[in-house]
Amino acid sequence: MASNGTLNPAIPEGPLADKWTNYKNKSKLINPANKRKFNIIVVGSGLAGGSAAATLSELGFQVKCFCYQDSPRRAHSIAAQGGINAAKNYQNDGDSVWRLFYDTIKGGDFRSREANVHRLAEVSTNIIDQCVAQGVPFAREYGGLLANRSFGGAQVSRTFYAAGQTGQQLLIGCYQALEKEIHKGGVEMHSRTEMLDLVVVDDEAKGIVVRDLTTGEVSSHAADVVILATGGYGNVFYLSTNAMGCNVMAAFRAHKKGAYFANPCYTQIHPTCIPVSGDYQSKLTLMSESLRNDGRIWVPKSKETAEKIRKGELQGNDVPEEDRDYYLERKYPSFGNLAPRDISSRSAKEACDEGRGVASTGLGVFLDFRDAIDRLGEDTIRSRYGNLFQMYEKISGDNPYEQPMKIYPAVHYTMGGLWVDYNLMSNLKGLHVLGEANFSDHGANRLGASALMQGLADGYFVIPATLPNYLASVDPGKITTDAPEFKTAEAEANARIEKLMSINGTKPVDVFHREVGLLVWDECGMARSKEGLEAAIAKIPEIRKDFWENVRIPGKADGLNMELEKAGRVADFIDFAELMCHDALDREESCGGHFRVEHQFTADDEAVKSGFTGDGEAKRRDEEYCYVSAWESNGPGKKPTLHKEELVFESVELSVRSYK
Amino acid sequence: MNLTLKVWRQEGPSESGHIKTHEAEGIPEEASFLEMLDIVNERIIIDGGEPILFDHDCREGICGSCSLTINGVPHSKDTGITTCQVHMRRYRDGDTIWIEPFRARAFPILKDLVVDRSAFDRIIASGGYISVRTGAAPDANATPVEFEDATDSFNSAACIGCGACVAACKNASAMLFVGAKANHLNLLPQGAPEKDQRTLAMVRTMDGEGFGNCTNQYECEAVCPKEISSDVIAKLNRDYAAASAREAVD
Repeated sequence: MASNGTLNPAIPEGPLADKWTNYKNKSKLINPANKRKFNIIVVGSGLAGGSAAATLSELGFQVKCFCYQDSPRRAHSIAAQGGINAAKNYQNDGDSVWRLFYDTIKGGDFRSREANVHRLAEVSTNIIDQCVAQGVPFAREYGGLLANRSFGGAQVSRTFYAAGQTGQQLLIGCYQALEKEIHKGGVEMHSRTEMLDLVVVDDEAKGIVVRDLTTGEVSSHAADVVILATGGYGNVFYLSTNAMGCNVMAAFRAHKKGAYFANPCYTQIHPTCIPVSGDYQSKLTLMSESLRNDGRIWVPKSKETAEKIRKGELQGNDVPEEDRDYYLERKYPSFGNLAPRDISSRSAKEACDEGRGVASTGLGVFLDFRDAIDRLGEDTIRSRYGNLFQMYEKISGDNPYEQPMKIYPAVHYTMGGLWVDYNLMSNLKGLHVLGEANFSDHGANRLGASALMQGLADGYFVIPATLPNYLASVDPGKITTDAPEFKTAEAEANARIEKLMSINGTKPVDVFHREVGLLVWDECGMARSKEGLEAAIAKIPEIRKDFWENVRIPGKADGLNMELEKAGRVADFIDFAELMCHDALDREESCGGHFRVEHQFTADDEAVKSGFTGDGEAKRRDEEYCYVSAWESNGPGKKPTLHKEELVFESVELSVRSYK
Repeated sequence: MNLTLKVWRQEGPSESGHIKTHEAEGIPEEASFLEMLDIVNERIIIDGGEPILFDHDCREGICGSCSLTINGVPHSKDTGITTCQVHMRRYRDGDTIWIEPFRARAFPILKDLVVDRSAFDRIIASGGYISVRTGAAPDANATPVEFEDATDSFNSAACIGCGACVAACKNASAMLFVGAKANHLNLLPQGAPEKDQRTLAMVRTMDGEGFGNCTNQYECEAVCPKEISSDVIAKLNRDYAAASAREAVD
């Protein structure tokens, strides 16, 4: 199966719909008296990590949870706006576990693992039950029952939401469960603490090295199993919708210690973000995809009109109907403005590349609520999106009730992550990876409202059921921090800090972050080419060298030093960017968020002639590339080694993804 | 635009702090307040100084990390926003801006503008939850919630735990924070069984952490970035009185 025969996805036997049930029926159990003997480390306190830590503690395990924020409640899951999918079919509109499964597989452009995705769809319904019981205040109808809305890539209303604050409400539910367990003594919480390295003893993950960000103290923690739930790597692009602190350090350290990194080139560029306005900009702000339920996306038909708008000579509302190109509705009539994210983003880029962009930088399209306000009234629109409209106005200074919003795609989510099997365990035994930090469920493109679903599925329902299968083979408490591997890892972590502090160069950390971020945005962003990727791979070592010679970190290491924190993260982003470009170069096809300009449909293709898909759409190459790329580290500057997990589709037929 | 910043600088928790003047020159008016500080910090670093430390993360008003008192008002005088949502177009060339941390005895300063708000976590840990074991939940639609209650509960749940309410209060009271959590959970049928226990535990932990008493001036409501109504304080007082009475009878 894999090139070296070690990549076994451990998919259970049986028909797709029975796999998870069969698995649970046969999985090993640990008796309640023995559970408390096991120590579990959870890194990250977002939806995946927080729910896992709380649930494992409830089951009786001893948990230590770590987060870099000052409180677990601030993990970046909190910023998710739109909603969470679940196959409840409360709307009676034809939804089912199968449909959610199929939409997710198709949305991921047939590059995810069937069995994992089906399990995700199965447990989706339990998540909603769990969250409601915790007091998560989802939107309700006047009858008191739960409300739903639609999201991209689906033709049913299966998204549960809490205004534009769904992630916040789900995270608070999860955080409260975690705090309850902290109070009971089942979870030892370490806030303002960052993981610097993974400790591997006899080829199994047995602990971590961390830095207390307040005191600067570096210390080790041993456990019987390590769970990483540390989120995605979107900040490699410098500008993204991620929080400023989001980083790849924990996952990348694990990668350097032997864990394979899967599909790093699958990154999601979200179509509806507020456009960039200047080079001082520190982050980008997402406007929820839910806006596409009522907003219509367009650019002027002519470059000349667009130019007048860019110069401020003309306002969006001044453009008559016949001069507008509602390009998503035109190109994808059955999904229209709710086309999936990758397709919507690329269409926006195409429109702007044609010179029809409307923001002052040329990079922006309109998201227009005029028709929805005419149809439903301003009050209805305010009740649906009031907080989003307010946020837009605060940032842009424009009133979206009067003029169309200007939006542009921005990096938002990363589908790639550490490779895991069906148990959510890495090739490195004992290391388990949850949520955005793993790769398993979203393939090459994630559908809206599926990230929250996956994070909570992994933490509340999957890992509590799969972890005992590993723990049953472990002698609890056998490894302690006295093991020499801990001393070595701690010494290496300290040496790295000392090295960073001693460079004393001339350039602040952000200079390097911006440079590497812009490079990957240009060459490994919405459109990628062999030429561009090779150029990026050649350029990255120069940035790395410059960084390690010229970075300037003020202050001392033995206390709160945010520049030092950033430096450690950016050093890993530079190395990670290289890995991402290698993966994008290897994948000679277009799929989901990975668009290789060499591989697109042209007018000569049968699928275009028949009208099934359009000129310029992404072209997969299933014969050659229907596999997961799992990369083994050979150190920075050296090409990583590719291992493949062939994707076997037993229940769905691979087809050209058409949203026409 | 060019600005003069008067910033609270403090080496560590046990050191004494002072106001230091920093010049912020050539700031674009499209920049956010924190981006303005980024620009200032980048120059400080290049000049060999130590940057101004402040907590921040999401920079879109939802994580609750940012915690600056700007010209004497937590999160600035603009209403309904956090510090990270303040934009420089609200200021004029030549302005002097005073920047201080969220001050309260229960929020000790760690360094510069960074404070320790873990007292809030301990309040939640003592009772700010509904005990439901994972997997034990009934079907989500089995318990309808009246629309008004659901809306009221949601409005309280919007709290981001930033601590501006405490920083704005002359007594450093945490009643708006605790009231919001109590109202979020106490209003829901799911939260009813633990209502008394939750209310008593959170209020007692709050007192133990060194937050002051509420004297009904509602500075908290005025600065709350999520515009949580001070009604939650009245409701908390009512729930606390009822729970205390029932506890005394038991």
